[in-house]
Amino acid sequence: MAVRKNQATLTAKEKRDFVDALLQLKRLGRYDAYVATHNRFIVSDTDNGERTGHRSPSFLPWHRRFLLQFEQDLQSVNPSVTLPYWDWTADRTATAGLWADDLLGGNGRSGDNRVTTGPFAAGGGQWTITVRPDSRDYLRRSLGTGVAQLPTRAEVESVLAVQTYDAAPWNSSSAGFRNQLEGWRGVNLHNRVHVWVGGLMGTGMSPNDPVFWLHHCFIDKLWAEWQRRHPQQGYLPTAATANVVSLNTAMKPWNDTTPADMLDHTRHYTYDSAF
Amino acid sequence: MSEAGNHAELTRRRMLQGAGVALTAAVGTAVLGLAGPTGTPAAAAGPGGHDTFDEVYRGRRIQGRPAASGHHHHGADYTVQIDGEELHVMRNADGTWISVVNHYQSHQTPLALARAAVVELQGATLVPIA
Ligand SMILES: [Cu+2]
Ligand SMILES: [Cu+2]
Repeated sequence: MAVRKNQATLTAKEKRDFVDALLQLKRLGRYDAYVATHNRFIVSDTDNGERTGHRSPSFLPWHRRFLLQFEQDLQSVNPSVTLPYWDWTADRTATAGLWADDLLGGNGRSGDNRVTTGPFAAGGGQWTITVRPDSRDYLRRSLGTGVAQLPTRAEVESVLAVQTYDAAPWNSSSAGFRNQLEGWRGVNLHNRVHVWVGGLMGTGMSPNDPVFWLHHCFIDKLWAEWQRRHPQQGYLPTAATANVVSLNTAMKPWNDTTPADMLDHTRHYTYDSAF
Repeated sequence: MSEAGNHAELTRRRMLQGAGVALTAAVGTAVLGLAGPTGTPAAAAGPGGHDTFDEVYRGRRIQGRPAASGHHHHGADYTVQIDGEELHVMRNADGTWISVVNHYQSHQTPLALARAAVVELQGATLVPIA
């Protein structure tokens, strides 16, 4: 069984294998399809219309399926690779090992926010941004600029304590665990991390920054943790609901996977520890 | 626009984000939307109640207006342009706004959103998105 690990515990070889697999998918032209798919959903998921990938109950199973597909793609390049996660409650500064040259590279430089260190720096010639919202073709970050602080462990605990998975109107104004984890309400977890990283992570094309996968892997882990703590609670809505993916409805773009299929991650992978 | 203006904007965004009030403080958005240092008074309020704007902000021309009737683009009945190129925007259920370059951070008005996009773009040109 594949184990997804905290990025802070990866060996030098595990980091190298992960980075090489990312670069290989990019080289093969497969990486950018994930960026395009993500953006296609994020711009079409609306609060009052059809919504699947974001601002809706299926935010969590959709990204779980999206990450699984990406992880399987990485494994087609190197079968030993699994997605690592970034626990941003613990590794919360721009000097964390995550941002070192042997993993994701560092912050963007002042002036144009261009990342100039690590494997994904523009100067390396291996990470040209092609699916992009504007003319800039280089990876950008602005750590801690758009918002000063990453969420704390106590803030995560407060969201994990929310009993109900989601609630009508099943969008960015909902009460419940999903929307507080996503961040449109309450202390703001997931959204805030995108803003903290800045640059392309703040855009609809956020998977252009490989940290996207480590961030969403931790969000996925927090969903698993919430399930562990609330065994009597489950995905909602269970009944067919207009514009919203209910428990047994297939999700686009795959059309072969329902939220119910995604509830038990241990069929596919486990995590190295509980939160 | 001065560096101080930029700093003030960032500070405001940080404040909104940190306190989570971006999601609740819908009151006074019209004032916020028009009170910028280089703000041009709105010509008219659109059908959705959103003001039209047309100004030069940090050297970029930003324009916003209600979208032509029947043109409902991804949940927005409003269109924003930067130097004539469309900025993809979306309205949240609580009335706040996001754009393709600030997709995880809500702004109170289309004008505030357009200005934030100018800051984010650092002079880059928007390209059409799929
Ligand atoms: Cu997403
Ligand atoms: Cu995300």
